[in-house]
Amino acid sequence: MNNILNEIGIENYIFLSVLLFCIGVFGVLYRRNAIVVFMSIEIMLNAVNLLFVAFSTYHQDTEGQVFVFFSMAVAAAEVAVGLAILVSVFRNLGSIDIDNLKNLKG
Amino acid sequence: MEKNLALVLLLSPFVGFLFNIFFGKKVSRTISGTIGTLTVVVSFLLSICFFAQLNQNGKPFEISLFDWIQVSNFKLDFGILLDQLSLLWLLFVTGIGSLIHLYSISYMHDDENMHKFFAYLNLFVFFMITLVVGSNLLVMFIGWEGVGLCSYLLIGFWYKNQSYNDAAKKAFIMNRIGDLGFLIGMFIIGSLFSSLNYTEIKQAITAGNENSAILGLAALCLFIGACGKSAQLPLYTWLPDAMAGPTPVSALIHAATMVTAGIFMVTRMNFLFDLTPDVQNIIAIVGAATALVAASIGLLQNDIKKVLAYSTVSQLGLMFLALGLGAYTVAVFHVITHAFFKACLFLGSGSVIHGLHGEQDMRKMGGLRKAMPITFWTMMISTLAIAGIFPFAGFWSKDEILMVAFEHNKVLWIVASIASIMTAFYMFRLMYLTFFKDFRGTEEQKHHLHESPSLMTIPLIILAILAIIGGAINLPGSMWLNHFLEPILSGKHEAHHLGMQEYMLMGIALAGALIGIIWANAKYIKQAFVPKEDSEIVGFNKTIYNKYYVDEFYTFLIVKPINGLANFFRTTLEPALGKVVFSLGTAANGLGTQGKKLHNGNIRLYLFAFVIGVCAIITYLFITHIAQ
Repeated sequence: MNNILNEIGIENYIFLSVLLFCIGVFGVLYRRNAIVVFMSIEIMLNAVNLLFVAFSTYHQDTEGQVFVFFSMAVAAAEVAVGLAILVSVFRNLGSIDIDNLKNLKG
Repeated sequence: MEKNLALVLLLSPFVGFLFNIFFGKKVSRTISGTIGTLTVVVSFLLSICFFAQLNQNGKPFEISLFDWIQVSNFKLDFGILLDQLSLLWLLFVTGIGSLIHLYSISYMHDDENMHKFFAYLNLFVFFMITLVVGSNLLVMFIGWEGVGLCSYLLIGFWYKNQSYNDAAKKAFIMNRIGDLGFLIGMFIIGSLFSSLNYTEIKQAITAGNENSAILGLAALCLFIGACGKSAQLPLYTWLPDAMAGPTPVSALIHAATMVTAGIFMVTRMNFLFDLTPDVQNIIAIVGAATALVAASIGLLQNDIKKVLAYSTVSQLGLMFLALGLGAYTVAVFHVITHAFFKACLFLGSGSVIHGLHGEQDMRKMGGLRKAMPITFWTMMISTLAIAGIFPFAGFWSKDEILMVAFEHNKVLWIVASIASIMTAFYMFRLMYLTFFKDFRGTEEQKHHLHESPSLMTIPLIILAILAIIGGAINLPGSMWLNHFLEPILSGKHEAHHLGMQEYMLMGIALAGALIGIIWANAKYIKQAFVPKEDSEIVGFNKTIYNKYYVDEFYTFLIVKPINGLANFFRTTLEPALGKVVFSLGTAANGLGTQGKKLHNGNIRLYLFAFVIGVCAIITYLFITHIAQ
């Protein structure tokens, strides 16, 4: 493990995480398909997880990895709920274009 | 055991109140009245028991029911103190209260709200007992406020008449002015001695380290409270108006008991007043002035109850005169005899009003002697007593007040004597106009004239007997009351050794009373004079008939400016404030309308705003972090 980290260097992990996170953000901002938005959110989440693991190894501290397990478990639950909502939205509106979700307009 | 008995004594009328207020409407009027009366009789019997015990062993009975207030070093119990003074008061409050309850069963029997009447009367007796038996000033204040409330409720008992409501409000407000004085006095005492308990204050004051100016201020404030409750100048005008209430109320509250609360309080705090001679002078002067002014107004009133009301104010003035001269026993003596004969007079006038179906104007009475013999004779006895004729109760007590006044200050003695002569005159004027000569009412009234039922005449007879023999408690020879009250009054002794001077003063007082009676006799019997119609009264008589225009003066000086101020607030300030508040509302509404546009339902816009916001926060944290 240490070797891999040493060979590649911590800063590259950070760059990768930031890149993944930005991809996620822009995916959320620019796509209209709710499923894609959802996937983008997952990418952001995993970018953070990756950073967690990288730093955990860097600091020789397993706490970060434990955290990641937790966040993955929670993310799984969140996905289940989110997809259920999407199914329900699709049933009601016949599409999953988020621009159609305007019922709460003030 | 004693504690429980004391609690029963205190709470029995309250139980009567609860019963009458919640179930009074469901039971018949007689039952409601009987229960109301019985609860007071229970208190009376217990008072007698406690009194007998105290008379035997001479030990006051003090208990603390619970800790009430405890703030830093200030500690207050809710306690009961049954000593000589409070038991004396208890005896005549519950005793006369029982008689008047009994009387009311018959007097109020045709009133649909009789249960309410008895509920209020019971509540009044409860608060009066609280006032009397409290072991500190704050408990007394609870009773003090409570009797004021009941007085308000009962004056406005016939609430459908607007002028009665006004009278009730007037009584309440004027009492409140006095109560403010009481409160301030109490606060001063509390802050000086960290206690309101009578025994503790007494110890602290007699130790005597306090600034006498501050003590004087406290005493003056307490006296203002007494002025409001006991209808002294300048706060007396509510009492005559309070006659709007049913007559038993006037007898119980506005003659025999509540209005004597001020005298009770001053006597209770005698150790304080003794140290403040300036305040005592003020009390004596106010008392004498009140006695004279009220007696002179009473000379020309035509409403039978108004005459008695001014007479009450005048007699209270005499009592305050005695208090101001340091003769507490004498004042208490007069309170007791006055309670007997004034209650009898009021109940008698109630009997007359009952017989005439609500007529109160003496110009339309006359010749009732034959139709109502019991009422006539009992009232005659009480009139002789209040006029100060030997050997009725009033003679002894009033004579002592005059003696004390003569010893201290001749001017006060002359004023009090003139007031006494006037008393004899207006009381006999009342008797002559009501019971002598021919009947001046309508034929129909004449036809219905009748003596009142025995439930009403029995209390009259008992009170008349008391008015005859009441003087026995403090005859110049035995001075029982003096000895009895000695522990309360810290050993002061107002003993009169009967010398030449005393007999002479008695003679002068008696002669004064006879002058008043002869004067009234000459005018209303020999000349058969009947007071003129309101519009025909002229000159100085008109000023007196209109009560020196004091009410008008107060209206001009206080009521009008306050109404003007209220009007200004209503017409000018309230709309202006309203505009400010309303414009705030409009502004918030406009802001909301603008903000609504942001909330357009476009999820991507929300997300964009969210991301921008997060970025902004992170940037901010980053910059501030670097700056550090």
